[in-house]
Amino acid sequence: MTSAIQAEAARPRSAKKEKKPSSGKLQRNLEILVLAAPAIIVFVGFVILPLILGFYYGFYRWKGFGMPSETGEFAGIDNYITAFKDPTFQAAIGHTFIVVVGSLVIQAPIAILFALLLNQKFKGRGLVRTLIFVPYVISEVIVGTGWSLLLQKTGAVNELLSYIGIDGPDWLADPKIAMITLLVIISWKYIGFAVILMLAGMQSIPEELYEAAKVDGAGFWQMQWSITLPLLAPTLRIWVFLSMIGSLQLFDLVNIIWGSYISETAGVSTMATYMVRNGRDSGNYGYGSAVAIIIFIISLVVALVYQKFVLNRDLEGALTEEKQAKKRAAKRAKEAQRLAASEVK
Amino acid sequence: MAKNTQYTKTNGYRVSQKTPWGHPVVYLLSVILVAICTVPVLYIIIGGFRTNSQITNNPSGFPNPWVIDNYINVAQSDTFWVELKNSLIVAVFTMLGVVVLGIMVSYVIARYKFKYAPLMYSLFSAGLMFPMTVGITPLYLMIRNLGLSNSLAGIILPQIAFGLPQTIIILVPFLQSIPNELEEAALLDGCSRLGFFWRMVIPLAMPGVATVGILQFVGSWNGYMLPLFVLSSSDNYTLPLGVSMFSSEHSVDTAAVLAFTSLAMLPALICFTIFQKKIVGGLTGAVKG
Repeated sequence: MTSAIQAEAARPRSAKKEKKPSSGKLQRNLEILVLAAPAIIVFVGFVILPLILGFYYGFYRWKGFGMPSETGEFAGIDNYITAFKDPTFQAAIGHTFIVVVGSLVIQAPIAILFALLLNQKFKGRGLVRTLIFVPYVISEVIVGTGWSLLLQKTGAVNELLSYIGIDGPDWLADPKIAMITLLVIISWKYIGFAVILMLAGMQSIPEELYEAAKVDGAGFWQMQWSITLPLLAPTLRIWVFLSMIGSLQLFDLVNIIWGSYISETAGVSTMATYMVRNGRDSGNYGYGSAVAIIIFIISLVVALVYQKFVLNRDLEGALTEEKQAKKRAAKRAKEAQRLAASEVK
Repeated sequence: MAKNTQYTKTNGYRVSQKTPWGHPVVYLLSVILVAICTVPVLYIIIGGFRTNSQITNNPSGFPNPWVIDNYINVAQSDTFWVELKNSLIVAVFTMLGVVVLGIMVSYVIARYKFKYAPLMYSLFSAGLMFPMTVGITPLYLMIRNLGLSNSLAGIILPQIAFGLPQTIIILVPFLQSIPNELEEAALLDGCSRLGFFWRMVIPLAMPGVATVGILQFVGSWNGYMLPLFVLSSSDNYTLPLGVSMFSSEHSVDTAAVLAFTSLAMLPALICFTIFQKKIVGGLTGAVKG
């Protein structure tokens, strides 16, 4: 046993104070158990176990009462086949991916520009920073309720538009526009988070780089292009990851604004709204679980592919030990200096 | 290539001056940005001061005259206070549960050198990638089988579980940054490891704990999907669920919906105003690892 060897190795030092090192070891392990067990039990019980159960339920036609093996009918992979053949689910997957890509395309440039703005030193900056975070702090339900009132056919937005002679469309019900409306609302809700994140990324860029660039005669935009953007890349990559994971799970806003039925006719249904409508709401828990597993696998694949090809250097820190992250940070700082040295002429 | 660009860390030399006034363009853009972010929220709050006929005739106008009846009606209704109480119970217990379980397990991961620590860290941080949506259907069944459906405990427990990853990501580096010398000194003075945890780690970790606690509080306060699945009787509704039910029941009474909605978001806004540094710092810190 390695632990015995470790205890042996530890003996010379600890022998002075502790009579029986093995009992110290035992006590230590007991401490670990007592401190870590509650969290692990709760986490495994309510996060991991449901996933495993969902996998199991997904193989049955089952109404959610008793055990699927008794009250349900084994269906093999029928649920999965049904889901993939269902045009409504195909549409929902399509909508979800439009949201994934759309959120990134709309939010990234805006967030970077506004973070650049807030990265300037000026009076009142703190207030601006606080206020742009407001939409992120209030709940999806309130955001949804507010926007669905604002965007009614005869609502405030269309009235304002009529003052400048525009006949506003039916933002929510028109299937040609609904998706754009959704993307705008999502961007409004989450842009504050993106800006704050980018801002934090920008503020960790050493100011010396800019000073040196200024000395060398670089203009404002040239500096942003050659220093800020490349050095912001790690932050940007993490934000993209978080945004994608969030978009893949989108449920609250769509459910509040459109409801699970209208969202389909308006063309904004997501994988999650489909899951709820065809799983729990119709009592088909086996089928709902299968759809959940599909969402899980799609999210997992997206996450892993993204990590492998884009995040490999950045996110490892979150999944491996701190030390490596520190090493990587040091490396990144060096890289930044090198980059700056080569960019700034 | 400029070879002379060798940078040293000299953060101290910059003398802090009074923050200057910015360029007018900076202010113009800031005002636009702030307007975009706050006007819809203000619309909800101000709209609550109007009557339904005002809203129908002139949806984008200001209250004329201002009426406070909508707010009074909401404040006098039991519905609002019951839901507020439920939301508070859920948020406070979620926060406490996450903080207590989180700091205990983070302490183990951060300061006990044993071979499963990195594995535990990976387990929890992998959970960060999967929000509740994915597991909600089987999770609901499990809660029902445990006899917890339509109870606040049925929301609190899963929320604690799903709150742990973020908590651990924030707390572990925090606890690792407590100097080893401190622990050695405490041990020399006859303090046990648990004693050190209780007397030194918890007080020292308070700033991190506060961040985590506030994030969980706000997250729980805004939660919608889990209450939607678990809670079936209106006595147990939390505010987000209450808002959505209220707005579908009173869909003709827009002014009342606006007033109800504003009052429901007030606690989160107040919490944010007081703790905004912690919330913002916590979120960016959690992401940056």
